[in-house]
Amino acid sequence: MSMPSTTSSPTAGRSTPAAPSRPVPPRLTGFARWIPLIALILGAGYLISPLFKREPAGSFDLAGFGRLPVLVNGRLKPMDTVARTTLLVLQDRQRVSSPPVGDLVNSPDEWLLDVLFRPEIADTYPVFAIDNPDLLSLLGFTEQSLKIDYTKTAHRVLAAVGFMPGTYRRFSYQQLESKLAEIDKQSRLADPTEEALRTPFQKAVIKLRDRLVLYNRLKHSLIPPGSTQPLSDFDAFQKGIPAGAAAIRARQQGQPHDEAAGRATLEAAQRFDFMGRMGYLLAIPPLSGSTDPEGWKTAGNALLETFQTGELNPTIMAYAGMATAWRARQIDQFNTVVKLYREILVKRFPERLTKSDAEVRFNSAEPFFRSMYLYIVIFIIGIFSWLRSPDLLSRTAYLLLALAWIATTLGIATRMWLEGRPPVTNLYSSALFVGWAAVGLCVLLERLYRNALGAVAGGLIGFATLLIAHHLSLSGDTLEMMRAVLDSNFWLATHVVVITVGYSATYLAGFLGFIYVVRGVLTTGLDARTASAIKSMVYGIICFATLFSLVGTILGGIWADQSWGRFWGWDPKENGALIIVIWNALILHARWGGLVKTRGLMALAIFGNVVTSWSWFGTNMLGVGLHSYGFMDAAFYWLIAFCITQIALIALANVPSSKWRSAPALEGKV
Amino acid sequence: MSETRKAFVTFFTSLKLTVVLLALSIVLVFWATLAQVKLGIWGVQQEFFRTFFVLGKIPGTEIPVPLFPGGYTLGGLLLINLLAAHAYRFKFSLKKSGILLTHLGLILLLVGELATNLWQEDFILRLDEGQTRNYSESLRETELAVIDTTDPAWDDVVAIPTERLSGLSEIQHPKLPFRVVTRAYYPNAFVETAPSEGAPATTPDVPIRATRDIGTRAAVRPQPITYREDQRNWPTAFVELIGAEGSLGIWMVSAGLIHPQTFDYNGRTWTLQIRPERKYKPFSLTLLDFSHDRYAGTNIPKNFSSRVLLRTDDGRDDREVLIYMNNPLRYAGLTFYQASFENDDKTTVLQVVRNPSWLVPYIACLTMWVGLTIQFCIHLVGFMRKRSASRTAAEASVAASTTR
Repeated sequence: MSMPSTTSSPTAGRSTPAAPSRPVPPRLTGFARWIPLIALILGAGYLISPLFKREPAGSFDLAGFGRLPVLVNGRLKPMDTVARTTLLVLQDRQRVSSPPVGDLVNSPDEWLLDVLFRPEIADTYPVFAIDNPDLLSLLGFTEQSLKIDYTKTAHRVLAAVGFMPGTYRRFSYQQLESKLAEIDKQSRLADPTEEALRTPFQKAVIKLRDRLVLYNRLKHSLIPPGSTQPLSDFDAFQKGIPAGAAAIRARQQGQPHDEAAGRATLEAAQRFDFMGRMGYLLAIPPLSGSTDPEGWKTAGNALLETFQTGELNPTIMAYAGMATAWRARQIDQFNTVVKLYREILVKRFPERLTKSDAEVRFNSAEPFFRSMYLYIVIFIIGIFSWLRSPDLLSRTAYLLLALAWIATTLGIATRMWLEGRPPVTNLYSSALFVGWAAVGLCVLLERLYRNALGAVAGGLIGFATLLIAHHLSLSGDTLEMMRAVLDSNFWLATHVVVITVGYSATYLAGFLGFIYVVRGVLTTGLDARTASAIKSMVYGIICFATLFSLVGTILGGIWADQSWGRFWGWDPKENGALIIVIWNALILHARWGGLVKTRGLMALAIFGNVVTSWSWFGTNMLGVGLHSYGFMDAAFYWLIAFCITQIALIALANVPSSKWRSAPALEGKV
Repeated sequence: MSETRKAFVTFFTSLKLTVVLLALSIVLVFWATLAQVKLGIWGVQQEFFRTFFVLGKIPGTEIPVPLFPGGYTLGGLLLINLLAAHAYRFKFSLKKSGILLTHLGLILLLVGELATNLWQEDFILRLDEGQTRNYSESLRETELAVIDTTDPAWDDVVAIPTERLSGLSEIQHPKLPFRVVTRAYYPNAFVETAPSEGAPATTPDVPIRATRDIGTRAAVRPQPITYREDQRNWPTAFVELIGAEGSLGIWMVSAGLIHPQTFDYNGRTWTLQIRPERKYKPFSLTLLDFSHDRYAGTNIPKNFSSRVLLRTDDGRDDREVLIYMNNPLRYAGLTFYQASFENDDKTTVLQVVRNPSWLVPYIACLTMWVGLTIQFCIHLVGFMRKRSASRTAAEASVAASTTR
């Protein structure tokens, strides 16, 4: 057997990549000189504007309340985060509104205050999202009853063309209240089925049940839901304890006693015990001295302690004060109680409050959400730069790309500081980081080449990864506590970060290949110079990706050896990482062996997108192995769709080069 | 060099072969990942990686046919390809030192993994709080323990790996006054109480009856072998013990039976039991305390840790050790990892691994990492140099055009 002669020379094609072809910075003249700078300032203004939003004087200090810390899911976090993440979990968005009426509250914090202190009002807000048609009909909703009746003609027209919702998909607790028993029954029927095997109806009913439980737990967090005058109720409870206790004791001994006092105390105890078990927020800090997070407790349990101490916990009194003022709509009183309670906390937990305040600012700045929109703009400007004013537009795109990258850098840095962890700790943060690293590389490429390729690829990857991150954030608070197995900052900082950079680079190579093929086949704009620039970019990025994915995979092996006693266990996630390494190695060897030229290199790089997506998300969907920390099913169809588009692109790359629309421009160099 | 030899060399040194092998490896790894859902990780390792061929059965028959090259084939060919390429084609130069180191690391890694496959032992040590043990148990392998318990002070154990029973063999051991003859063997079977009083009827699956002890009152239902992580196999056998004067009877023994079966023979007391294969150590571990910390107000585990007392038989070591996540105990060539817990946080499960080649991957990795970094830097430096050269040229031309 003999091999073609091309393989006999191992060094064929293994040359240093071609240097950038347009190294001199473009010179802009006249007014055009200022346009990129103006765009940069506008972009920066857009990103930082939410930090300067202030509430009008003389209104409830919602922000002040939002900054108060509580312990939820093992982490001390501000009320604001609880409000936002709970709304995301319940209804996939932070706004509370009803289609014909508009916004029902001004901020997530206001919604939370109503849930905690005015549940009878909160029960009317439509915050439970239900999409499953079977579940909707089980709950008694018909197509007719779901249709939204807009009063304004303009709204009707908008709804008809799909710009406004045509049917209700969010429902209030009040609407669901009469069906609670049925929901409970159906979810009990669905519970025994293994999660992966559940039907869409079963999944939907369990999801709704869990949401209702969460909502109810939240309602029982600070005051008993039926209490209209919590401050005086608690006061009466405390004052009544001696008489009540005496009455209960007397009754047990069969002696005459005050029936009413005994009953009142007993009922209060039962109510608080229920609150203690149900309460979602661990809102009551340990009494003086201890700053141990283990010491935080629910309001119910703190109220029960009154039986031993005889005194009401001061934090309980503060929250009861806020509740009373909130119910009576007494703005000054509410703001004073928030301020006083905060002053107590500042003395005891100064560091916690600094973090909590920063987290609220971070929440309202929404750096990732805003950068997502900026990336779209960058992408569009980049594309336009290939049509006209290349120097002006590519410079604008470059500056905006750097700006968006800095914004996400700050966002990730803030998360790291809040959590005290390396950047990647769960699937959500991996999406942020993949985007961040890829865009970082794009900024570098753009600096080197100044041909808007980096801007277009960066805009696309930045947008896509932030969109993925946004959808992943719907499952709740993304600053989670680390499970025991993963609780190692050293390995999180090395293995996880390095392997994620490997993902980023492989994606970047794939998207550059994507741009090459689309521009070459479908447009006439791919000239020989750009083609050679893309080729050297892709080659360089694949070398970089090989280095990082290999080192990351190996570090993972070492971590596994340290914690589980085997270097390599063929776990799905490990296999996924291995496939990326092998794929990158295959591309490099195929190129060194002269088996592929530019077009083949691009097609292989595009398939890298499929390989990386499989490793990143596909392996989690299998639901086996030690790494399966994020099982998602809706994403499965998106993954399939993405892979199909990539395969289609590879097919497109295989169109004979003479048929490419850019063939003349490429002068047969494809 | 003869033509055939030349063709051979060209084939084994070609980059095309490398690319084909890499592509096949990707298919193998991907297929194996999907197969894990059904087979479990251990089953996949056996059927895809620690084998020369992935076998499939012709539908409707039990005849195995190779479907795809397995891990040993692909790994072996890659190794040959790599070694051949370096022997025949590669000339050492500083520019290629990175590639050379990377490949050297890769060779080490492949060889190291093979060594691990061959020599690694994986056991489990289960300890209740306060309990002391000087042996660990196999995860999958079981043994038939025939124990002379006459002397209360010590046991005389003859352990027969259950695999040996599967051949319906006859086993004679100098310590045993009887032969152990397997009459039937099932690698996985459920043992249930017989539906009615009296000996259970034989079935087509189990055409034999036990004549002694619990087997006379139990029904055996054979099951297919499972590879799932969360299930285990329960090897079951019918063994006849035959002494000098003839048969003692037929016992049903199974890993599913908790208590050993006892009988007397020739004035000595014996027990019979199938149990996980044991590895005795010259030291013992006592679990002093197991703790399972959770984050406040949640069920998210924060840490698992076992405080154990390590004692050697010769008394040279007698100390407390804390084993927790990401922090195993390495002792006497063994490594003890915190693997799991049971029994309402009162029992710890430690994984005990002997892997004489554990250091190889570390060395391999370091070599590859250094190699790749060198190569990447060489490329980067070349690229930047070219770039600054062309920039200078471009600037010169711009300068020339403006002065004109």
